Amino acid sequence: MSRQISLARQVRKVLVGDHAVAEAVKLARVNVVSAYPITPQTLIVERISEMIEKGELKADYVRVESEFAALATVYGAAAGGARAFTATSSHGLFYMYEMLWWAAASRVPFVMAVVTRVVGPPWNIHDEHTDLLAIRDSGWIIGMAQNVQEAFDMTLTAFKISEDERVLLPVAVGLDGFILSHTAEPPLDVPSQEDVDAWLPPRNPRIPYTIEPGGEAITMGNLPGNDVYHALLKKYMDESMESAKKVIAEVYDEYAKLTGRRYGPLTECYRCSDAKYLAISMGAWSGDIMNAVDRLRDEGYPIGLLRIRYVRPFPEEDVTGWINGMKGVIVFDRDYSAGMGGGVLASEVSGFVPSNVSFEGVLAGIGGFDVSSDEFKAIMKEFIDKVEREGQVRIRKYWYIPKIER
Amino acid sequence: MGMVTMNELHKYGRTKFIMPGTAACPGCPLQIGMRQLAMALDGKFVMVIPAGCSSVIPGSAPYTAYTVPVLHVPFASSPAVASGIVRAVRQRGNNGPVVVWAGDGATADIGFATLSGAAYRNEDILYIMADNEAYMNTGIQASGTTPWMAWTTTSPRGKTEDKKDVALIMLMHKVPYVATASIAYPMDFIDKVRRAMQVKGFKFIHLHAPCPPGWKMDDAYTIRAARLAVETGAWILWEYNQGKLTISPPSLPYKDKSRRKPLEEYIKIQGRFAHLKPEDIKIMEEKIDRQWDLILKLAEIFK
Repeated sequence: MSRQISLARQVRKVLVGDHAVAEAVKLARVNVVSAYPITPQTLIVERISEMIEKGELKADYVRVESEFAALATVYGAAAGGARAFTATSSHGLFYMYEMLWWAAASRVPFVMAVVTRVVGPPWNIHDEHTDLLAIRDSGWIIGMAQNVQEAFDMTLTAFKISEDERVLLPVAVGLDGFILSHTAEPPLDVPSQEDVDAWLPPRNPRIPYTIEPGGEAITMGNLPGNDVYHALLKKYMDESMESAKKVIAEVYDEYAKLTGRRYGPLTECYRCSDAKYLAISMGAWSGDIMNAVDRLRDEGYPIGLLRIRYVRPFPEEDVTGWINGMKGVIVFDRDYSAGMGGGVLASEVSGFVPSNVSFEGVLAGIGGFDVSSDEFKAIMKEFIDKVEREGQVRIRKYWYIPKIER
Repeated sequence: MGMVTMNELHKYGRTKFIMPGTAACPGCPLQIGMRQLAMALDGKFVMVIPAGCSSVIPGSAPYTAYTVPVLHVPFASSPAVASGIVRAVRQRGNNGPVVVWAGDGATADIGFATLSGAAYRNEDILYIMADNEAYMNTGIQASGTTPWMAWTTTSPRGKTEDKKDVALIMLMHKVPYVATASIAYPMDFIDKVRRAMQVKGFKFIHLHAPCPPGWKMDDAYTIRAARLAVETGAWILWEYNQGKLTISPPSLPYKDKSRRKPLEEYIKIQGRFAHLKPEDIKIMEEKIDRQWDLILKLAEIFK
């Protein structure tokens, strides 16, 4: 993809994260949207409904009775050749669970925003990443934005990635509930419709296949004659996941030429080149961790932050590459896997941490409580001091539970 | 649009809407019904099929016996998936039929919420509920439409609840077209499919489909059982089309109770009712009478 794209005309808009996602959906000229309300996702679909009502977006909005139906509807729309979008959070995402797997393995492209939220009980609308990470084995490409601009960019690029013939897997775009979804950050740069149109043409409904009356008598989903055939389909999915790494890089490269915004693409490493210690995180709080990294650097601690942008396909090469030569790795999880090592990211990363490298998995922000830059700084400092003092340290999980103020 | 004629159907005599060598059981009513559906639509439609016998019948991927585009989908999802497909293809100017072909479990039970959602949104789809009156594909477990007292593997002493009347529930969704049909009356069913397709919006047809293994009866009795269901008055063929509800021609004689065949004739060929006592059959008759009263009253209301 060496096609040169001149820098787009962009306008600056002040939008909360959910509205930024809706803006990207509009610019992508999505044909079918279906969703069911759940906090903190609702602002996305409210805004999209408005856009459709006002004629700013020519699309069908299908008001369904559940998230399960929402995903089934956009899956059907995608199989029917449309560019489709849905959005959800937490319990809604879990209500979709069966369809998540079916849609991914059916190899039709579409996009879903997941505004991350705690899973109950108790009822809790605050931010956690457990919901998004619980779908990691289902065959979706899964991204997690750090800020509102990235939530916008990740949504717009998601269509291009999903529809690429080398990928043809659905893409989930994660953004932190409330922290991004309901927060307006410094103004957002939004490319013009004309520039987006030139970069993202309408979806080709024939790729990979179309289910339409009078169309080719193809069938999707009946029993395999031989289970090995099923295994092959999974292997093809695996290969597409692998190709997706390359496609994501290409798409962001093009997107950088379009917008001037350059991303990782699978990960971004902050102050890592001369680091001896590596923190790993994803999502909005990475900003606070970077701030803590800066302050630790001021104090002479050689630490950097590896921010995971895409958790699927898992950026194995980036992770192993950056861990190589490090003295210690500390992973921050805003999510929890019961009965396992603790945090999901920690579990995924720990397999790539050599036994002679110190490791700590930190469970923080579970249930959605805020973790400040000061707290991150203290946790990282404590880890580094401990390693320097005691030599090798392996802590699979450390529950960071602040005192409850009454 | 005139009624379908045998002459017209003769042209399909050699058309293989379903290719031979399927995995269907001997005497399967679903292949009969699906073939009638295909004749009605001249083989030009899309099917969305949830889990059930019809996801197994076409045989093994990467091959299929079905000759139209088919999306096999999770059990509860078909009305929603069809909603998505129809929105997508209509946007591209394709006005062809998008059909959900689903069993009773997918329709009356697990997929009921998605069915209700698609119906109330009046999605432009034709929904055929092929009702064999139990979860046959998983080995004959009771569903919402299994009749009262019928044996199934999960109602070994007879089901204690009544059959859920899905067609009437759909009628109350105020959709433009709802009908009942039977695989034993192909002309009636084909006419209904064609009339339904004249209507834009949600169309629901409840197709009665007796299942030999599930009903514990001889493989040769599929059509006989379906016909007896109508002739004894146990299955009433009716049609609601945009405000007007009528009793369909095959059922018309049985408005008059004295013209109905004795219910025993229908019951005795089905092993699933072998345990019924005479008083049970009497109660069943009373239920049938009440159903006729209800449908005839509705025909008065929707005149």
